[in-house]
Amino acid sequence: MPFIPHTEADIQAMLAIIGAPDIDTLFDEIPQALRCGELEKIPQGMSEMEVGRLMNVRARQDGQPLCFIGAGAYDHHIPAAVWQLATRGEFYTAYTPYQAEASQGTLQLLYEFQSMMTALTVMDVSNTSLYDGASALAEAVLMAVRANRKSKSKRILLPRSLHPAYRRVVHSIVRNQGIELVELPFDMESGQTDPEGLEQYAGEDFAALVIPQCNFFGVLESVDELTDWAHANRMLAVAVANPVALAVLQPPGEWGEQGADICCGEGQPLGAPLASGGPYFGFLTCTQKLVRQMPGRIIGRTLDLDGKTGFTLTLQAREQHIRRSKATSNICTNQGLMVTAATIHMSLLGAQGLERVAAACHANTGKLVKALSGLPGVSPVFKGAVFHERVLRLPLETKDALRSLAAHNVLGGYDLSADYPELGNAVLVCATEMRSDEDIEQYRSKLERVINARIQTPCKLKPDW
Amino acid sequence: MLIFEKSRAGRRATAQAPLQESDLDGLPQQFRRRQSASMPEVSEMQVVRHYTQLSQKNFSIDTHFYPLGSCTMKYNPRASNSLASLPGFLARHPLAPETHSQGFMGCMYDLQEMLKEATGMFAVSLSPAAGAQGEFAGVAMIRAYHDARGDDARNEILVPDAAHGTNPASAVMCGYKVREIPTGGDGDIDVEALKGVLGPQTAGIMLTNPSTVGVFERRIKEIAGLVHEAGGLLYYDGANLNAILGKVRPGDMGFDVIHMNLHKTFSTPHGGGGPGAGPVGVSERLEPYLPVPMVAQDGADYVWLTEDNRAESIGRLSAFAGNAGVLLRAYIYARLLGRDGMHRVAEFSTLNANYLLKRLTDAGFDAAYPQRRASHEFILTLKRQARELGVNTMDFAKRLLDFGVHAPTTYFPLLVPECLLIEPTETEAQDELDRFVDSMTAILQEAQNDPERVKSAPHDLPVRRLDDVRAARDLDLAWKG
Ligand SMILES: Cc1ncc(COP(=O)(O)O)c(C=O)c1O
Repeated sequence: MPFIPHTEADIQAMLAIIGAPDIDTLFDEIPQALRCGELEKIPQGMSEMEVGRLMNVRARQDGQPLCFIGAGAYDHHIPAAVWQLATRGEFYTAYTPYQAEASQGTLQLLYEFQSMMTALTVMDVSNTSLYDGASALAEAVLMAVRANRKSKSKRILLPRSLHPAYRRVVHSIVRNQGIELVELPFDMESGQTDPEGLEQYAGEDFAALVIPQCNFFGVLESVDELTDWAHANRMLAVAVANPVALAVLQPPGEWGEQGADICCGEGQPLGAPLASGGPYFGFLTCTQKLVRQMPGRIIGRTLDLDGKTGFTLTLQAREQHIRRSKATSNICTNQGLMVTAATIHMSLLGAQGLERVAAACHANTGKLVKALSGLPGVSPVFKGAVFHERVLRLPLETKDALRSLAAHNVLGGYDLSADYPELGNAVLVCATEMRSDEDIEQYRSKLERVINARIQTPCKLKPDW
Repeated sequence: MLIFEKSRAGRRATAQAPLQESDLDGLPQQFRRRQSASMPEVSEMQVVRHYTQLSQKNFSIDTHFYPLGSCTMKYNPRASNSLASLPGFLARHPLAPETHSQGFMGCMYDLQEMLKEATGMFAVSLSPAAGAQGEFAGVAMIRAYHDARGDDARNEILVPDAAHGTNPASAVMCGYKVREIPTGGDGDIDVEALKGVLGPQTAGIMLTNPSTVGVFERRIKEIAGLVHEAGGLLYYDGANLNAILGKVRPGDMGFDVIHMNLHKTFSTPHGGGGPGAGPVGVSERLEPYLPVPMVAQDGADYVWLTEDNRAESIGRLSAFAGNAGVLLRAYIYARLLGRDGMHRVAEFSTLNANYLLKRLTDAGFDAAYPQRRASHEFILTLKRQARELGVNTMDFAKRLLDFGVHAPTTYFPLLVPECLLIEPTETEAQDELDRFVDSMTAILQEAQNDPERVKSAPHDLPVRRLDDVRAARDLDLAWKG
């Protein structure tokens, strides 16, 4: 029996001790009428070899195309040691470190993670993960509404230049608590949050302003001005940041005069494979003042009975298992293993390695943009400086271009036309350090072919360039 | 020693970073970081040694018996990990087009179908990232259902006093008030008390079955009838699905919406705290509200269902499709088990729990509900030992660590004093259960003869009992150099 160690003799001996004639008797408290029969629609079990065959076919089916999509999930190199260590059984098959003395490995690692995240973001404290970047932002919004003592408002300013999926997730998670999200427009020329769009809300009561760095278009926001504006208007400043970008970008703790109050984001670039969108992890750091409003697990360093240093879950009075309906969040199981990988990843790379990765991504996206912009009708949409993604305008419908490219096994970027129809035929492209010059040339030449094919059949062409 | 303390300025693990040295010319100075983050500077071998040594300070399923009640710490098949980590699965970008996703989507579709069958629900969405997010989704669907009918005076969710803390916390996140209902002396919820609180304000009730006290809620059909009569819906917390897989299905018990914890019942790893996966299943009337994305079949192709084609959905709960890698592991496990393997999960987890309960009560421990069958887990109360010997549940738990056993869940559910919630799971052999009984017996003897030894445990672990009060008072949450 797969994974079940009992021999027939064991079963009989155990039943004899229980005093039951057979296993079925052990279910005698379940009303007979409720019992189900065979689970007919579930197939019969397979051997490991057979399941292996099935999964190999399916994994190969998706073809590993050349990927220039970023849009919240980035293809970075993950050092071999990261997952070899993270999948050690002692990490992989432990659970939440409730028994601190038997979990010092996980606990110390998490303390190190908190230390790395506070260093990267230059904030005082970090939790040990939320589900993903988008749900972390939803938690940050809830936290801001609870924490902002200067404001009674349940309204939040959220830029339209923020990842569309993040805006949707925040909406789904906070709407039932009567929190209202007010969208800030972006400047069509720079791609940054529009200062005029912001000014119309000056003096109004909002709990927080959300500031993405970089924003969904890859464009860098004027974070100092935005942070100061938020504080001048009694709002908390909530940063949404890419951790790899933070290796080279001004950290949220230093934005403006006082720094951001809360920083959150997607941890995936720190050692999690793309893997169809998860598991990744959300991170959240904040100022010391807000620590008691934080959601999620927090680890503290303390002493044992002999005065020896050790680590333990702390500030648990914020959490659901103690506070129940008054907890700061309902989160229990988090993304611990991804945090394990991220901590090992950051240790291996160090600040300098992360800076190198960030610079390589920045340079490669620059090369990609340059190569593609040489094609007829292709040009950057925004003037603002970018980190490692940029919006390009195409001379044909984005959907058609991407479909043709995909047929050539190139994933050419994220189609912006559904989320941002005002941008026309626009695509968001990204080249991480993983994309070589040859990869970029492949993309260029294939897009050239696609464009040429369209130009020869001009009836399908939209004359918007 | 922290990894930071092994750091030496200028030391690098250079093979890890790109050799390419690029400049940041396109990044205007105003946006740049002025000072590098203070991260460790260590070699690759130092990193490997440091984290290998840290791992060795953990208890885990792979190294220790781990009967942590309510968490289903059973063996996590290695095949699930290696097959979910095939290069094609790891490389797939979440926004890859459907043409390049059919293999992955096929697995997700199959998993949806298998979970529907295993739970007796009408439809399933895989997207919630863990149990608590599944609860949030489920209660949000209950709310969407009432709202769509204009039935918006319902502002209360009922939760048994024994419920897991995530239940009330999730209800509050959905904007509901929470009202607790008491558990009767036999472990079933107090149906008379329930009748007293049901009314036009009732949006729904959240139940775990078998409940968190480790027994099957026998009057579940009657409860379902009462709640439905009052216009409320029933939510099933699937944390204990392991106990009933292939025996009785939440859909047949009358539940309208459920979540499953795939990191429990479907044996995906707990990873030192996560990740999990908390798919939700619903009856027909709640189907429009399921969270997106979901996978559907369109002829021979798999297609995504999103906000665009599911207007009434409660929406999206994570940026992409939830914890895809966890879902793949659960799928692989389900294919390895198949139909018969699922029945066996319930049978052998129940056999092990009842065996362990009998042996422990024979050894002098008190069951919290002695007149009841155990489900896949059960509760002991050490109230008597605490009173007579001055040795409490926490002391027993800590002393168990010295015996090489991860402690069971302690002090949950809150209503049973001095309790241990013990869940052996089906993957443990009789000899391991016997060893646990021996350890408990030895500790009981020690508590009689040398109580200090128990009260000051653990003795043989990397640290002794930690000062939690100090940790919360003198907060030290990050290394400051
Ligand atoms: C009974 C019960 N309900 C809900 C949960 C919450 O699930 P999760 O930790 O996956 O969020 C748990 C487990 O931790 C549980 O034991």
